[in-house]
Amino acid sequence: MSDQMPVNAEEIMAVIERNDSARLRAWLKTCTSCGLCSESCFFYLANDNKPEFMPQYKARKTLGELMKNKGKVTRAQLEEMKEVAWARCTMCRRCSQYCPFGIEIAVMINVARQCMRTQNVCPDRLMTIDQSYVEFGNQMSIPDEEFVETCEWMAEEGQDRLKDLEIPIDKEDTNIMFVVNSREPKYYPQDIQEAAMVMHAAGENWTMPSHGWEATNLSMFSGNLKVAGQVTQTLYDAAIKLRAKKICITECGHAYRAAKYEGPYWTKQPGGKAPVEVTHAVALFHSYMKEGRIKLKHKFKDAITYQHPCNLSRSGDLGELGDELMEMLCENYVPMEPHREWSHCCCGGGGFIPMGADYKKTRMVAGKVKAEQIQKTGAKFVLVPCHNCTDQINDLNKEYNLGIKVMSFKELICELMDLPPHMKPEGEEDE
Amino acid sequence: MYAFVNGPLVWIAFAVLVLGSLWQIVSLYKMSKRTDKVYYDHYNPGAAAASVWAWLMPFGSRSWREHPGLTVGTFAFHVCLIAVPLFALGHAATLEFNRGIAWPSLPDAVADKMTLVFLAAALFLLIRRFAVPQVRIVTECKDIVVWVITVLPFLTGYLSAHKLLLDPDTMLMLHVFTGCLMLICIPFTKLAHVFLFFMTRAFIGSEFARRGTKTW
Repeated sequence: MSDQMPVNAEEIMAVIERNDSARLRAWLKTCTSCGLCSESCFFYLANDNKPEFMPQYKARKTLGELMKNKGKVTRAQLEEMKEVAWARCTMCRRCSQYCPFGIEIAVMINVARQCMRTQNVCPDRLMTIDQSYVEFGNQMSIPDEEFVETCEWMAEEGQDRLKDLEIPIDKEDTNIMFVVNSREPKYYPQDIQEAAMVMHAAGENWTMPSHGWEATNLSMFSGNLKVAGQVTQTLYDAAIKLRAKKICITECGHAYRAAKYEGPYWTKQPGGKAPVEVTHAVALFHSYMKEGRIKLKHKFKDAITYQHPCNLSRSGDLGELGDELMEMLCENYVPMEPHREWSHCCCGGGGFIPMGADYKKTRMVAGKVKAEQIQKTGAKFVLVPCHNCTDQINDLNKEYNLGIKVMSFKELICELMDLPPHMKPEGEEDE
Repeated sequence: MYAFVNGPLVWIAFAVLVLGSLWQIVSLYKMSKRTDKVYYDHYNPGAAAASVWAWLMPFGSRSWREHPGLTVGTFAFHVCLIAVPLFALGHAATLEFNRGIAWPSLPDAVADKMTLVFLAAALFLLIRRFAVPQVRIVTECKDIVVWVITVLPFLTGYLSAHKLLLDPDTMLMLHVFTGCLMLICIPFTKLAHVFLFFMTRAFIGSEFARRGTKTW
């Protein structure tokens, strides 16, 4: 059993040495322990301002201890650190925004996770997911054939909603190569259908790859950056092979961050840029609306709020576009406060959702901040452009009796869009 | 002793401050060239400058605005910490007498009040360290040592200017000694944030700007 295995300090130190950078050293030298990071952290706020939840303390109890002891720690210590690095931080990076020196605690927690991962100390479900990526290329162990069949099935079924709906697989020289979260073919194939409907209605030249269709990158959060790099490389390779102009990520947060910002470093791309431009469904749908390629029957009328996922609106450049798209689609958009890049994490990120039932209670406690934010808007609809946020907010809805409905952009657009006559299915009358 | 403290030690302290800081900056810069590719790939001078500027201004960043008490305390502390030693009349006169360099100075009464403001702000920061649980939990011995090193030159300066506690010459010597101690400690303790601030802020400003995000 791994519980009895001795801790290999050398492996831990190898990770620390690999991450020993001038910025890390400067951070360690500058931090004046002012405590300004505390109130930026939703874990701290949701856990009655317990000091143990303040970000600097968490970094100190994980990476700090590992560095101080030069990796020579016991398995029991590692288990304690695991509970800090995974169950008290989602690496949402809000604390860096509140630190006078801009110290990135999330990066330190990430290094700590990498250290622990070398000793197989990591929430079990996340480790299983690494394995699934290696064996199947996706987190849900779906064979490629099954994915393609799902797409064919969804296209066929979708023809009831949009005439001649197609989901082109492996088409070359397209503008967009659309990739999904494997949660979609597994549990919510409707999502694929709706994305296809929007792109079809906009007259997009697009495709999906039969291999390299998985966009999520949970290995980024398990601390296994080798696998994280492999997942990203597969994605880039698929786009290069099909000569797609852009990779478009489905409504998923960490998938976008991984492909656009972190992936280029794992795969050693020159200049830290992805070899193929990476965009996101929020940006794509925004451009369709702005260019008039999608027309609406009417805007969404009820009060609706918007969850800004950390990986899109803080670690990604979509905060403003998200708000603008909401304005274009909805009559009564009520933002949460704070929003955009200052948004609080919902506690679904950082690998929390796939960490499973063992961590659900922690997730529900820490999600209180988000639940209260939603409640304050008074909206009964929440638009969420991220799968992990969606799962979390659905859980929060039950836990805190919010009485809300969670929606995605594709779902909302499909409900509202006015299809041109030739795309309307047979027998459908104009309203 | 008196002659050494008021003579060579001052020169030694300034030399250590300048050379030590340069050494820290250059070695970190060299290391960053090798280890922080991410910084050079995405360096954004506009965002870096904006990020530094916003945090140098009281209430210039969101974090400062949300913590008004600490902001006032911190700025009172730092403004006096920098202005009083640079422009105290005693310092300007010493400089002019010894080196013939004319240096602008603050009226004694102003420097006096600023010293008291500094000491009050320092006391506030110290009390905060112990009174606020989330700050106490991360406070270490070295944070207190750094606090003492910073406060002593001001306390002794005030006491010697007002001829209190010890005979003026001894107090003056203590003042010069503790002042030198602080200068020497800057490059090698957490006081290095004097210059590291600009480096880490430039990094975070650029790093978040590439993601379309502000850190202020």
